[in-house]
Formats: sequence, structure tokens, C-alpha cells
Amino acid sequence: MLHLIIFSVFGVICVAGAVNLLVQRHPINSALSLVVVMGALAAEFLLLGAEFVAAVQVIVYAGAVMVLFVFVIMLLNAGEEEHTQGSRVARLIGIPGMLVGSLLMAWVLLEHSGTQSVAAGALPGPPKMIGWLLFHDYLLPFEVTSVLVLIAIMGAVVLAARPESVQRKKEG
Amino acid sequence: MVPLSYYLVLGGILFACGVTGFLTKRNIITIFICIELMLNGVNLTFVAFAAQWKALSGQVFVFFVMVVAAAEAAVGLAVIIAVYRTRETLNVDRVNLLKL
Repeated sequence: MLHLIIFSVFGVICVAGAVNLLVQRHPINSALSLVVVMGALAAEFLLLGAEFVAAVQVIVYAGAVMVLFVFVIMLLNAGEEEHTQGSRVARLIGIPGMLVGSLLMAWVLLEHSGTQSVAAGALPGPPKMIGWLLFHDYLLPFEVTSVLVLIAIMGAVVLAARPESVQRKKEG
Repeated sequence: MVPLSYYLVLGGILFACGVTGFLTKRNIITIFICIELMLNGVNLTFVAFAAQWKALSGQVFVFFVMVVAAAEAAVGLAVIIAVYRTRETLNVDRVNLLKL
């Protein structure tokens, strides 16, 4: 029972953050709502027994990635979103379609997914086991992702660097 | 005990919010934030299924998703900075030409 209550509380916080993200017009408010969603999700991960994922979620996602987002929003001085006219067809078909689709999906998941209940902290194994898996069974993917991150860093530096022509114009 | 389907529905709601924002928002940074929201919904589904089948591989996959998302955020934000430098706008409706 307590498990269900904790799940519901953090689930409601999660959904509220996600809806607030959509409602807010200023990007900085959306970014901070995403931090709320990520924090609540980390609690859900802990509830499932995934301590490692919860820690990485807080450190990498809510920490590093969101700092990057907030930094860019402030760097570009992003203001309020401009209001543009949406298409009428999307409003006429999209909203009922979304409602029908999500109700259908929720019904299938709740009634016919054939899944059982999970206890609190159901995942077996401490973070030590995940480290062992990462450096044993998944060693090749792990090394490949390290190359990917290196390429991403270099790509970000190249893309965000000021082009030479602009620099010369400023100097001359 | 919480039914696994509750976790799946929560993941689905987060993903749906992400898709809605991706389609309706006009600010390029907000669109990017919505992509991160979708990835978070998927991560929750991964961990929930890992808990159901008592498999640790699900958590390893979530780790890889997070690494790729971090790399994607770094490159994507650099692209946004480059776009803003040439177009001086963040509205995707105004970024509709390949060549200036």
C-alpha cells in the first residue's frame, strides 16, 4: 500500500511537470519543469530498485544535460515563444485521435498486457553487478559509446566555434 | 506491490507529452527539451520491464540511452547556437530555407 502511495505521489509530480512543460511559453520554464520530471523519475527508479540508474539520472540528466540547456537558453537570450496559427485539420482530427489512441493504449496496458505486479526494489543485484556487466558482457558497446562521446564533443566544439569569416570581419 | 502496467502507463504519458510538445512547440530549444522528455519515458519503460523479468541488462541499456542522449544534447545545442548565429531566430517556422 505504501509502495502504491509513493508511486502515485511521484507519478503525479512527473505528469504535472510534463504538462507544465507543455503549457509554459518561456523555454527556461520548460527546462526547469523538465528538471522536476527527471527528479521524480529518479525516485521512481529508486522505487523499482534501480539505484545505479537513479544516481545517473540525477547526475547526468538533471545535472549535466540540464545545465547545458539552461546555459544555452541564457546564452541565446531566448524570449517568449511566438504564437503561430496551428492548422485546423490538426485540431479537428488530432485531439480526438490522440484521446482515442491514448485511451485504447491505457486500456490494453492495464487489462491485457499480461504483466504482473512488481514489489518495491524488485530489481536484483547491486550497482556492482551492473559495472561487471558493463565491463564484461557489454564491453564492446561501452567502448563504442566512448568513441561516440568523443566524436560528439569534437563535433560540438567545431559547430559552436565562431566561423573564421565572422572573426575576421570583427577584427577588420 | 504496484502493477507493472502502471509504470508502463506513466512512461506512455511522458512519451505522449513529449510527442505533443514536439509537434506543437515552435521554439527550437523547447522542441529539443521535448525530445529529452520522450527519452525519459522510454527509460522508465526499460527499467520497469527489467524489474519484471529480473534482468539487469535493462539497466545497462538505460545507461547507453543516457550516454547517447547526452552526446545528442551536446551536438544538438551546438547546432542550435550555429542556427541562431546565422538566422538570429529560434522559431522553427522562420528556419525554412536550406540556403540563406
